[in-house]
Amino acid sequence: MKKLSLIYLLVFFGTLLLAQETAPEEIEHSPENSACFSCHGSTIYSYYNDILGRNVTKRMNPYFLIDSVLYYNQNHKSFVCTDCHSYECKDFPHNSEMRMEPMPTCLDCHEGDDATARYNFEKIDQEFQESVHSTKHSDEFTCWMCHNPHSYKINARTNENIKETIVYDNNICLSCHADINKYQLISPKKNPNVIESHDWLPNQISHFAHVRCIECHTASSDNVMVAHQVQTKDKAVKKCVECHSQNSMLMASLYKYRAKETRSQYGFLNASILRDAYVIGANRNIYLNVISGVIAGLVILLIIIHAILRMLLK
Amino acid sequence: MKDQIYLYPVWVRLWHLFNALLFLALIITGLCLQYANINYTLIPFNYSVSIHNISGIVLSVAFVFFLFANHFTPNGNYYRFPKHGVFAGLIKQFRHYSYGIFKGEECPFPVSVERKFNPLQKISYVIIMYILMPIIIATGLGLFFPDFLPPTIFGASGIHFIDLIHIITGFALSIFMLVHIYFCTIGKTPLSNFKSMITGWH
Ligand code: HEC
Ligand code: HEC
Ligand code: HEC
Ligand code: HEC
Ligand code: HEC
Ligand code: HEC
Ligand code: HEC
Ligand code: HEM
Repeated sequence: MKKLSLIYLLVFFGTLLLAQETAPEEIEHSPENSACFSCHGSTIYSYYNDILGRNVTKRMNPYFLIDSVLYYNQNHKSFVCTDCHSYECKDFPHNSEMRMEPMPTCLDCHEGDDATARYNFEKIDQEFQESVHSTKHSDEFTCWMCHNPHSYKINARTNENIKETIVYDNNICLSCHADINKYQLISPKKNPNVIESHDWLPNQISHFAHVRCIECHTASSDNVMVAHQVQTKDKAVKKCVECHSQNSMLMASLYKYRAKETRSQYGFLNASILRDAYVIGANRNIYLNVISGVIAGLVILLIIIHAILRMLLK
Repeated sequence: MKDQIYLYPVWVRLWHLFNALLFLALIITGLCLQYANINYTLIPFNYSVSIHNISGIVLSVAFVFFLFANHFTPNGNYYRFPKHGVFAGLIKQFRHYSYGIFKGEECPFPVSVERKFNPLQKISYVIIMYILMPIIIATGLGLFFPDFLPPTIFGASGIHFIDLIHIITGFALSIFMLVHIYFCTIGKTPLSNFKSMITGWH
């Protein structure tokens, strides 16, 4: 129970942090959306009840609540709701057929799209198809499961603050792996407690705040910025030295875009990590290493000379 | 036994034994952490972390014990400096180690019940026990509880700064240990000091 509350704290503070950062930008709020937000943007909504002949106020289903601040600060902020949802949404009560309509997929719009070609959606899709999520639950598990249609904003590519990216990306995974309700949208099983599954990792809180889940659970690839092939748990990184060494794999994933700028600086290996974390074994300083080696060597040499002289001259 | 003096009480010997063994463990695992490598492993990283943490904590406890014992027993007197002549004593002892010893001269500060350490021994033990050990223990505890460290110190990450002090101090202590062990071979016979540290009698 205590451990679980830790997860919640982590998620809570993480969300708080992100919420603070998302200052609303000046973007034209479509009046069409305002109509939807008048209900889906608050915890209660009112409508005119024809049968009773008066306005009634009801509670909004919390899962159908959409945060307009997050909405207007995301990748698809210029969209009106009906770009993805049926026009029938404009009527209330909503047409019951509406809930059965298929939603567009990322690839429907982004496949072969020159404007977003640099993201390499085709490769991401392929990696996702091979992931444990898709291979086991190809129908239920779609890209939308991780990419909230109403709030997903790119981070890893654009956010200079790596800690925020880590919190953002980990919250995506924890939205299921620390929340049975969402997890069971996909699988009737009980979700394993991630804190317990990672008992072998010391300083767990520190680790989860400084690396992303995908660092250990995906095979990083060159063609995409964020690897998408989540693998089964037996393929996950468990060897500490994968990160804690000179050839730290973090340089090929989390610190990819900084890797070229600062591979070493003032003699610190993998210096691009240092602004955000200090990884034992990966951030040692070559100058210090050389100096200490030389000093140790000289001291040993002096000792040997002293010892030999003592033996010869006594 | 009659021309021998009892210099090392039981608690000093026990503390010293634990201290030396733990220190060796700390140096070896510390090096394994610093030079962690994917292709070559002496001790697996996670074992190094555990051994280093446990040894560090036990060593800290032993150190606090040493502080108390030294404070409340006469042994602490050997760690006090006279008001005058410290520097001259150091020079004299230094001259002996770098010159006189090769000519078969006697040590200028022979061991007695009143004077267990020569000036060089004294100053190095005081620096080690009252300056460097506290630094390495404090920084070690900081790394063990990173949540209590300030996030940044002088523009670098707090852990980074503390770790630099930790490893530099650790290096200085390791060098001390090399020199210390060597100087312990300077006795009546090369092994006699080690025997004293086991039996207590000098
Ligand atoms: C008068 C309030 C109101 C307005 C205006 C409104 N909705 Fe809804 N909406 C609801 C309520 C209540 C529900 C849940 C009950 C239901 O499904 O009818 C809902 C459900 C939904 C659902 C989920 C359907 C499902 O079951 O999966 C979608 C999608 C939706 N609304 C989209 C929209 C869009 C887009 C607009 C704007 C064009 C909009 N709504 C305007 C009240 C409203
Ligand atoms: C980029 C496409 C897109 C846009 C734009 C969009 N939605 Fe959605 N919306 C979706 C998808 C996809 C789902 C289904 C998510 C799922 O199945 O998990 C969804 C689900 C919903 C739901 C049901 C919640 C749920 O979890 O099932 C509501 C309510 C909703 N949208 C309202 C809106 C409103 C209001 C707007 C405009 C402010 C809007 N949507 C804009 C794609 C979009
Ligand atoms: C209905 C069509 C449509 C769907 C479905 C859709 N997108 Fe988009 N997406 C767009 C358009 C159009 C833009 C450009 C928006 C703009 O510039 O304002 C865009 C922009 C983006 C961007 C930001 C590009 C940039 O450089 O700012 C990302 C990232 C993105 N989409 C990812 C996704 C993902 C992931 C999915 C599926 C989970 C998805 N999109 C689904 C049409 C779509
Ligand atoms: C298991 C969760 C998960 C699934 C499923 C998933 N993604 Fe992602 N995706 C992520 C995470 C985490 C990020 C990193 C977000 C960030 O920090 O920008 C990401 C980032 C992206 C990006 C931005 C990468 C960049 O270059 O900046 C795109 C585009 C994308 N995903 C597309 C997709 C598409 C298309 C699908 C479905 C085929 C998909 N994702 C399914 C978790 C997922
Ligand atoms: C929509 C909910 C959801 C999200 C979001 C999600 N997962 Fe999962 N994940 C599941 C479910 C359900 C399973 C169990 C699949 C099965 O075995 O049936 C699973 C399985 C896994 C497994 C395999 C465990 C095993 O037993 O081998 C790993 C690893 C994993 N997820 C990691 C992640 C990572 C990393 C992320 C974020 C990038 C993520 N998941 C996001 C629902 C989710
Ligand atoms: C340092 C690497 C590392 C990180 C970071 C990491 N994992 Fe894992 N994870 C593993 C390993 C290794 C296993 C397999 C453990 C085992 O089998 O004993 C595992 C197991 C799992 C499992 C399967 C649990 C089970 O008992 O079936 C899930 C789900 C999972 N991780 C999700 C996550 C999520 C979510 C995150 C981010 C919050 C995360 N992991 C971060 C390495 C990592
Ligand atoms: C996915 C990469 C990754 C893996 C795998 C990994 N670590 Fe770490 N570890 C990190 C990072 C990044 C930090 C830096 C955290 C910080 O700056 O506070 C760290 C910090 C640490 C720390 C220092 C904690 C502190 O803040 O003082 C210890 C100890 C540690 N790791 C031990 C291990 C052990 C033992 C393993 C293997 C069981 C392991 N790590 C595996 C990335 C990793
Ligand atoms: C870094 C770890 C070590 C520290 C901090 C340390 C410290 C000390 C101190 C403070 C004393 C004086 C004790 C007293 O009488 O009050 C001492 C004595 C001694 N130590 Fe160590 N020691 C270390 C490691 C070692 C090791 C590894 C050995 C041998 C393998 C060793 C051998 C001796 C001997 C023989 C003496 C008695 C001679 C003397 O007083 O100079 N020490 N040490």
